[in-house]
Amino acid sequence: MLNLLWLVPTFPLAGFLLLALCGLPKRLAAWVGVGSVGIAALLTLGIAVEFLGMPASEQVFRQTLWQWMSSGDFTATFALYLDPLALVMMCIITGIGFLIHLYSVGYMDEDPAFSRFFAYMNLFVAAMLVLVLGDNLVLLYLGWEGVGLCSYLLIGFWYDSPENGYAARKAFIVTRIGDTSMAIGLFLLFMHLGTLDIQQLMQSAGDNWAQGSLLPTLAAALLLGGALGKSAQLPLQTWLPDAMAGPTPISALIHAATMVTAGVYLIARTHELFMLAPEVLFVVAVIGVLTLLISGFTALVQTDIKRILAFSTMSQLGYMFLALGVGAWSAAIFHLMTHAFFKALLFLASGAVIICMHHEQDIFKMGGLRKRLPVSFWSFVIGGLALAALPLTSGYYSKHEILGATHVFARSGDTLWAVAVLGALITGIYTSRLIFVVFFGADKTHADESSIGLNIKLPLIILCVLSLFGGLIHVPLDRVFPLQQVLPHLAGTANALTIAAPFVGILIAYLFFYGKPELSEKVAANSLGKMLQRFWFSGWGFDWLYQKLLVNPLMWLVRANKKDVVDSFYHLIAWLIRLLHRLLSMSQTGRVQWYAAGIALGVVVIVGLGVWRQHLWF
Amino acid sequence: MVLVWLILILFLGGILAWLADRTRLADPRWIAIATILIDLLVLISFSLSSSSVTIAGQEWWATLDLPWIPRFGIHFILAMDGLAFLMLLLTLFLGLIAVLSSWTEIKKSSGFFHFNLLWTLAGVAGVFTALDLFLFFFFWEVMLIPMYFIIAVWGHENRTYAAIKFFIFTQASGLLMLLAMVALVYFNYQQSGQLSFSYFDLLGANLSGAPVFWLMLGFFIAFVVKLPGVPLHTWLPDAHTQAPTAGSVILAGILLKTGAYGLIRFCVPLFPEESVIFAPTAMTLGVISIIYGALVAFAQTDIKRLIAYTSISHMGFVLLGVYAFNSQGYQGAVMTMLAHGMTSAALFAFAGSVQQRIHTRDMREMGGFWGSAPKMGAIVMFFSIAALGMPGLANFIGEFLVLLGAFKANSWITVVAALGLILAPIYSLVVIQRIFHGKPLVPRDISDFSSREVLMMGMMMLITIGLGLYPQPVMETVGLVLQMGVS
Amino acid sequence: MISIPVEHGLLLATILFCLGLLGVLVRRNIIFVLMSMEIMFNAVGLAFITGGSRWQQADGQVMFMLVLTLAAAEVAVGLALVLQLYKKFKTVDIDVVSDMKG
Repeated sequence: MLNLLWLVPTFPLAGFLLLALCGLPKRLAAWVGVGSVGIAALLTLGIAVEFLGMPASEQVFRQTLWQWMSSGDFTATFALYLDPLALVMMCIITGIGFLIHLYSVGYMDEDPAFSRFFAYMNLFVAAMLVLVLGDNLVLLYLGWEGVGLCSYLLIGFWYDSPENGYAARKAFIVTRIGDTSMAIGLFLLFMHLGTLDIQQLMQSAGDNWAQGSLLPTLAAALLLGGALGKSAQLPLQTWLPDAMAGPTPISALIHAATMVTAGVYLIARTHELFMLAPEVLFVVAVIGVLTLLISGFTALVQTDIKRILAFSTMSQLGYMFLALGVGAWSAAIFHLMTHAFFKALLFLASGAVIICMHHEQDIFKMGGLRKRLPVSFWSFVIGGLALAALPLTSGYYSKHEILGATHVFARSGDTLWAVAVLGALITGIYTSRLIFVVFFGADKTHADESSIGLNIKLPLIILCVLSLFGGLIHVPLDRVFPLQQVLPHLAGTANALTIAAPFVGILIAYLFFYGKPELSEKVAANSLGKMLQRFWFSGWGFDWLYQKLLVNPLMWLVRANKKDVVDSFYHLIAWLIRLLHRLLSMSQTGRVQWYAAGIALGVVVIVGLGVWRQHLWF
Repeated sequence: MVLVWLILILFLGGILAWLADRTRLADPRWIAIATILIDLLVLISFSLSSSSVTIAGQEWWATLDLPWIPRFGIHFILAMDGLAFLMLLLTLFLGLIAVLSSWTEIKKSSGFFHFNLLWTLAGVAGVFTALDLFLFFFFWEVMLIPMYFIIAVWGHENRTYAAIKFFIFTQASGLLMLLAMVALVYFNYQQSGQLSFSYFDLLGANLSGAPVFWLMLGFFIAFVVKLPGVPLHTWLPDAHTQAPTAGSVILAGILLKTGAYGLIRFCVPLFPEESVIFAPTAMTLGVISIIYGALVAFAQTDIKRLIAYTSISHMGFVLLGVYAFNSQGYQGAVMTMLAHGMTSAALFAFAGSVQQRIHTRDMREMGGFWGSAPKMGAIVMFFSIAALGMPGLANFIGEFLVLLGAFKANSWITVVAALGLILAPIYSLVVIQRIFHGKPLVPRDISDFSSREVLMMGMMMLITIGLGLYPQPVMETVGLVLQMGVS
Repeated sequence: MISIPVEHGLLLATILFCLGLLGVLVRRNIIFVLMSMEIMFNAVGLAFITGGSRWQQADGQVMFMLVLTLAAAEVAVGLALVLQLYKKFKTVDIDVVSDMKG
């Protein structure tokens, strides 16, 4: 079974090729699109069963497909590497991917570009699988760029409107900034360690580099750049909210469950390197808490249902980065998994709401949908509970682990923990704000769930179950990561605060958005409130800052030089020559007498030169 | 002898195409295709059967050495190795694409057009195989003149200006090369007493005392004009923009490669020590080309002009790789040459077909074409993302290896060069956005690619993917040649 | 026989040549231009004669005969041109008919 590993990315890829090249009718396109990922999921399941059945110490499998390129001392092979970490990611990608594909059949039903959508989706799944299975960093980079491309294609899927195209390009270019940093990191690693094979690289980094020395710090920081771009962390986070321009299943699959977690995966995959660079790890933790806090506040004031979820995704990714930063590796991956469950659920549920609302996304135009859309409502409640990490939901287990590990972290763990708990409080507020505004209150619409079929409801129900009980899954990562010295265990006040935070958040939201809505209006009305609201709404002004600092100067430079300033130098030469030409052609008067005079003068000069040459030359 | 035939077939085919058109006996397009196919056949069957000889510590698949003007030590030397073979393959393949891409475009004197096209190809084939410096210079000029006619006669609205600019730049730099060549031969004669233009004789020349650095510079400038590198690039946007589609395809796909080939074959091996000294400057020029080309490309509204500037950006990688002096840099440079040959040829062919359909190259007048021409959209999307260096496609292999090699040679310059990776999507994706996405300003239906165009693009796509996923055979073919520069 | 010093002869030839040249350069009437050219021819002829008498050689006189013939031929062609010019343009002013411009 393990030898079939290569088939897992191959099936979605074949699906992509079929859909892209053959122009299949819609029904068949749906079968191919969903079926290819379904087969990949089944294969993954088989592989997982066999793999986990092996003794824990042997849980590594490598499959070399072909030699990709080899130049001098550099070699990159097309080889897949399976270990428990990759397996967890594979399960998430194919499992959740399959559910979302199934959902998409319903969601994209009326879209004329149905098969193009599935083609892109299949390509994405294939690329994401290559990313997590890649044995070397070049292959990982292939997947990394591949998912970025699919993200671009799918954000700009509805290409008629220029805003979508803009959002798509923004996503691609902002992540490309991170990718370039990562590429430079690869060059650095290769230059000093002579290989890009991940396992050898980690081995050799540990052997050759001292902890905290310059090179590992530099290399880790460069890789971190890539992770920040992909996972939408500060300061490369601005693309993710705009990415919501794509169809909702995309937001669920790419911008919540899988692609954006690639940064977390990268750091976890190269954790040996990061452990050699404690400074960088600390930066990871700090960036994590900053992002979770900033995007939490931003989510508080958004009005677009998908943007709220987008900012909450950034915030949850912040938790994962925090976990990585404090060395709680398995907790990060655990949260990655539970987050994939509940955030996919929330996005898909929001997609269902959006369909039922005929593509209305403003939450304040919704309201009282609780009775009208029961499936969506319960999905939202369950997803929201898990997102807010109420006890016994899946989110609780993973987030609790992270907060626990943070609390005992040696280096200002208290502060990090406090901020993270504040973040949890805010998570509670914005999640319940969303639910209260959309599903409770006055009934403003005539929506109903008749337009959504079983292929939409079924994935929702399965994800509900996973969101509730997914926390009980034991992630088999014990041998991948080093064991934590201090077992994270919160006790006493810290524990109580950690558990209480989301409840307090829900309470506040209840008060402001359900119990006494006039209270929130009052806060929003005073000048400080207005200012804060505007500031938060804009995502803390990052877009504005980048526009002023980077985009505008670049655009100015580009426009100023449209005519290519270098060419003006050659134009100058041409102009000089033309000037000379004009001067000389002035002597061509066409009058014989002038010419005769010229001849005479010439004779005089030449004779004179001959006569007085001694005085001239010698 | 096969080497002579490779070139001769093209010359003869050109004359035949002209005659056929004058006598109305046959369609010159088919004659051109047949000529190129026969030449391809000869080349491939030869490459399969060849055995290698070693001259000057280097393996050659075939050589031919005939006295030509013995008084001046000028020989008729043709030779082929892996690099030359790949370049010839690229030349003939893109020649085929060029004929196909101008299939319906050329209305007046089609025979003379195909004559020029084939003679350009013949000149290029000569450049890639000639190993006598004088002969090399001869072919260098041969490929220039028919190209001048192609631009000047069949070009677009500003063709005379572009053609003359192209001619002057190439001619002036060619003169520099000729001077450097003659001086090199002369100094070698002074040292060794042997008057010879032969590459093999000059390779080992010991030129102590001569102003060798200036000679190297003469060669370097001639090749960098052709490459082109900033700041010697300004002929290119005009020539590419004004040339007919086939002309742009050949210019971008093949003629630029002769500059890179010259650097690899002549400039570096003839002057190894000077080249090492010069390397930081050359790499800096490469980086400037990468960044500058990308920035100017982004500003353009004329689609052919935009693609032309991206060529400058991509060829900057070649310059960077060649002067990294390690096998990654070298092989990356050759891969970039091949990959850029495919993508730029495809994009120019696309630009030509758009111009033929809507009679403008201005992207501001386009938009929303995806709806009416999805095949065209998908294909152009493919080549755009190939051009921005998507892993799994040929350009990535080239650029990645170049940067990997260059990083070892000079880390800081390479870090700046890597910024080109950020700029590439900015200009590539804006093409897609302006032409295929959004809504058209003037609602117009553009007809999708015909099966001829799909066939032509399909071939290039297959090669791009093939080179991206399994570049190893190509890199092994190249491998041996480049060892020489790595000393 | 009183011999005239060769310097005097050459000086006279130079002066005549310069006068003729001046005439060619400044006159606008083509007849006068032709006449000035005649003067230049004769100046050259005088120089030859002077040289011939200085070195007692016949070559100088031979050359003068050649110059005379040439001058005659030139005048014949020149006057024919002048007549044609006058027929065509009704003027003998050479600036008016100056068409030879680059």
